[in-house]
Parts: sequence; structure tokens; C-alpha cells
Amino acid sequence: MSTSTTTPPAPPAPAAAPRASLFHPTVARLTYRALLGRRRALILFVLPALLIVIAVAVRALTGADDSTAGGILGGFALGTMVPLIGVIAGTGAIGPEIDDGSVVYLLSKPVSRSTIIFTKLLVAIGVTVAFSALPVLLAGFLLNGNSQQIAVGYAVSAAVAAVAYSALFLLFGTITRHAVVFGLVYALVWEALVGTLVPGARTLSVQQWALAIGQKVAAEGAITSDVQLPVAIGLLTALTVAATWYAGRRLKALTLAGEE
Amino acid sequence: MSTLHIDHASRWFGNVVAVNDITMTIGPGVTGLLGPNGAGKSTLINMMGGFLAPSNGSVTLDGATIWRNAGIYRHIGLVPEREAMYDFLTGREFVVANAELHGLGRREAARALATVEMEYAQDRKIATYSKGMRQRVKMASALVHDPSVLLLDEPFNGMDPRQRMQLMELLRRMGDEGRTVLFSSHILEEVEQLASHIEVVVAGRHAASGDFRKIRRLMTDRPHRYLVRSDDDRALAGALIADPSTSGIEVDLVDGGLRVQAVDFGRFTTLLPRVARDHGIRLLTVSPSDESLESVFSYLVAA
Repeated sequence: MSTSTTTPPAPPAPAAAPRASLFHPTVARLTYRALLGRRRALILFVLPALLIVIAVAVRALTGADDSTAGGILGGFALGTMVPLIGVIAGTGAIGPEIDDGSVVYLLSKPVSRSTIIFTKLLVAIGVTVAFSALPVLLAGFLLNGNSQQIAVGYAVSAAVAAVAYSALFLLFGTITRHAVVFGLVYALVWEALVGTLVPGARTLSVQQWALAIGQKVAAEGAITSDVQLPVAIGLLTALTVAATWYAGRRLKALTLAGEE
Repeated sequence: MSTLHIDHASRWFGNVVAVNDITMTIGPGVTGLLGPNGAGKSTLINMMGGFLAPSNGSVTLDGATIWRNAGIYRHIGLVPEREAMYDFLTGREFVVANAELHGLGRREAARALATVEMEYAQDRKIATYSKGMRQRVKMASALVHDPSVLLLDEPFNGMDPRQRMQLMELLRRMGDEGRTVLFSSHILEEVEQLASHIEVVVAGRHAASGDFRKIRRLMTDRPHRYLVRSDDDRALAGALIADPSTSGIEVDLVDGGLRVQAVDFGRFTTLLPRVARDHGIRLLTVSPSDESLESVFSYLVAA
């Protein structure tokens, strides 16, 4: 290789503390490029597009109707689309890197692992909000022109849910290779199925917590939740903080077993 | 100077002991970590690189514990064995990202890419790179912060001879500059060509340590076994056993032929054809029966 000499290594300086900030732009850039560059990312575009198409079609066929709008936004958007996008963004922000081992390049740096997790969480939240809360808002306006604040209420719910889902699924991504499967099981089986059949299960559902906040934003009775607002806020905060903390802890002790 | 200390380190996975009570010190210069596949080389390198906690014992760099110490990466450059990188980036983007994670920038990335001579392909996506090119970009990413310690896991795997030579030259230069360079390999010749110091690991245990001459001698001085077939096995056996370079000969009635154990490898290899010619015996087969790397290494462990 080239004969140019590099400077001889300096003796190791006393190890300075890793960067203290909680956000690292390089980690963020790598994360969102990985997220949006994968084939899985297609779902990120397809689902919101589907929601908009449904909204336009329903509006054209049946006209503006608040209960139809609530049904589509609550049932399809909040019930299915937001958790799915949360699964893709949350697990995708770290899972594949851990799976294929490329996370080594992030971890073998003097950057604190909490910073890495927190940055990835912010990217996952950003992507989930962009691909779920914004389309929900747009679909709401298309469906009934935000009558009774339904569009804004559901969009706020979606944004709030995006935060909790991102934290939860990011954690899944750090603890298991099957994060997507677990995420889907949680999102579709627990929230969608068990939540509709077993009333008690709804109390432990990100969707219901988020709806409790949407309920406050929208007109009286336009959005309903099975959970009281203070409980919802408490649980959302607790879940997000606990999941992020534990994900950071897992990453600090991440081991890469040899391939032998 | 940067010195890695591995002190009575063990690592087990469930019931499997991957590294068994190893103590070694790796100082400046190029050290080769030699051992057959599955010997625990990667486990050791992962412990030195902070990606595996020793189950027992300690792994330190100049007294600082490596496990769970992100600050240690200011001094360590890591070249993993696994191929996965950020394939959707170009080589340059990848190395720049690595530089930024060290708080450095484009200048250092450009220097590292120049060191590994990858400028010509730096704007192509990593996904299009050959194995050798990937290896060089990995090197660049590890060198970007000018580390005093460089850890490489099987860096020559899948490289063609020219790439191998280039990488050897680069590593040799890094060692001459006073860096602590450690690479693993399961090929003796590779290690012998490059490393001034060799640590041999077999089945999770530290089998030998020293310069390549010492290791080479250990490896060639062991008893060698040969399967020899000729048109007169018994006559040949009689003639061979008279020479002190052999210690035992068995007539194999099942497979046909002689199983010869030689204690002096060099002498035996010249003795055999001479004896055969002198006695008018035709040699049909001469094959070493335990030349596999495993047996060479297990001899070392027993020694």
C-alpha cells in the first residue's frame, strides 16, 4: 500500500469521558439512511398512501361524516397502521445492525451507548410521526375537514403513540433477533385482537393510552378511550422511559459472540 | 506504549468453555494469534475489543478495563471478521461516518483511505466492493483516529495474494511505528511472514508463545507419522528402523503398507528415498497421516 507514513501513535491520553450529549448527528444519519434504504421501508410509504386513498374514496362516496371518519382513523389508522409503522421504524432503527454485526462500527467508538440509543429513538420517533401522524392528520382533513377536531385529535394520538411504540420496539430490536415478529404479535394480536375481545387488556394498550390524550384534544365524545387521562400519561411516560433505559443498558453490555 | 494484558481470562458460553484461563501480554509490534478454527481466537479478540466480558479474569489496556469502557476506543481500532458494513454507503461516506463518531472529520477520513489505497473506489457503494476492498475500507475505518492498538480478526480471509501482501506490508509498517497490532489467523505461514511474536491458542487454551522460530521448531520437532506403501514393505521396515530417525514402524495388514513414526523429520525425509533406492525397493505411496493443522496444534498443547 502507499508508502506515505502516518504519524506514529501518541501514547494514549487519559481516557476522556465519552461525549456527553444525548444526540449524535452521525448516528442519526446512519440510522435514517438504513431505515429508509431497506425494502421494508416500502411499507412506510404504502400504508399511509393506502390511508389517504381510503380517505379520498370514502369522502367521495359517502360525503363527510364524523362517525365514519372516527371509524377509519380509529380502526385502521390508530389500530393497525400506527403500530405497524412503529414496528418497522422502532425495530429497524437498530435490529438489523445488531443482526448483521455492523453495529460494531457504532459501538467501537468513544460515544456513549445511551447517546446511541437516544439518537436512534429520536430517529424512530421522527420516522413514525412523519409516516403515521402526518398522514392521519391529512386523512382526517380529507374525511371530514377536521370537524369536531377529529383529525387533530387522532393525529395527536398517533404522534403520542409513535413515541411509545418507538421506544418499545427499539427495545425489542436490542433484545431479540425476532424483534419484528414480537412487534407484530404485540401490535396485531395484543392491541388489535385481545384489546377488542378482552376489555381489561385495553388498559395495557399503547393505543388506548394515546387515544386518551386524543380524547382531550378533540371535541367532547368524538374520540373515546378506556383509560383515564392521568393514568394514560403516567403509563406512556413510564413505558417510554423504562424501555429506553433498558435498551441503553442492553446495548452497554452487548456481546458479540464469535462465529466459531 | 500500549500494552494489552489478558490475565487469567476465561470465557464460557453455557457449558462450552471458549477461552480457558489464558494469560498473555501483547505489546507494541505485530503479534499473530494463531490457532485452528474454533480455538477461541475470535472470543479472545472480542474480549480485547470490548465486545465480550471475560467470565473470569481480566482484560485491560494499560491498566484500564476494556469491558463497558467506551472511552477505550480512542486508543483501539477494530477490524471485525464479519462482512457486514453499511452497504448502502459509499466507502468514503462510511469512513467519514467512522471519523465523525471519533469527533474527527473528512481530513482524517481521506488520510485513512489514502493509507489503504482505496481512493480510487471511495465513491462507489460498499455493496459493490470485493472482499479485499471491503477489508481495506474496514482497515481505513479502524485507522481513522490513528489508534495505538489495532485488533484484526482473520484479516486475510478471502484475500487474493496481492491484497494479502499489501495488507501485510501495511500491518508491518503499523508495527514498526510502535503500534500494538494483533491479528488472528489459522494459517501458520501467514503468521510467520508477518508477526514478530506469536501466541498460539488451541481449544481455548494458551498453547505456546514466542517468536516464529520457536513456534516453527515446536511444530516441526514433533513426531511425524507417515503411511508408506512399497513393493516390499517388510524389507523397507527393517531398513528404516535401523536408523535413529524413526521410533516405530507398524505393518498395517488391513490397509496394506507401513505406519512409520519419525522423530527427526528432516533426517527421515532424506533417509526414506535413499534406503528405498539402496535396497531396490519401489515406493508406491508416501503420505503424512497426521499433517492436519488440528494434530499439529494438539501436539503443541500436549507439549
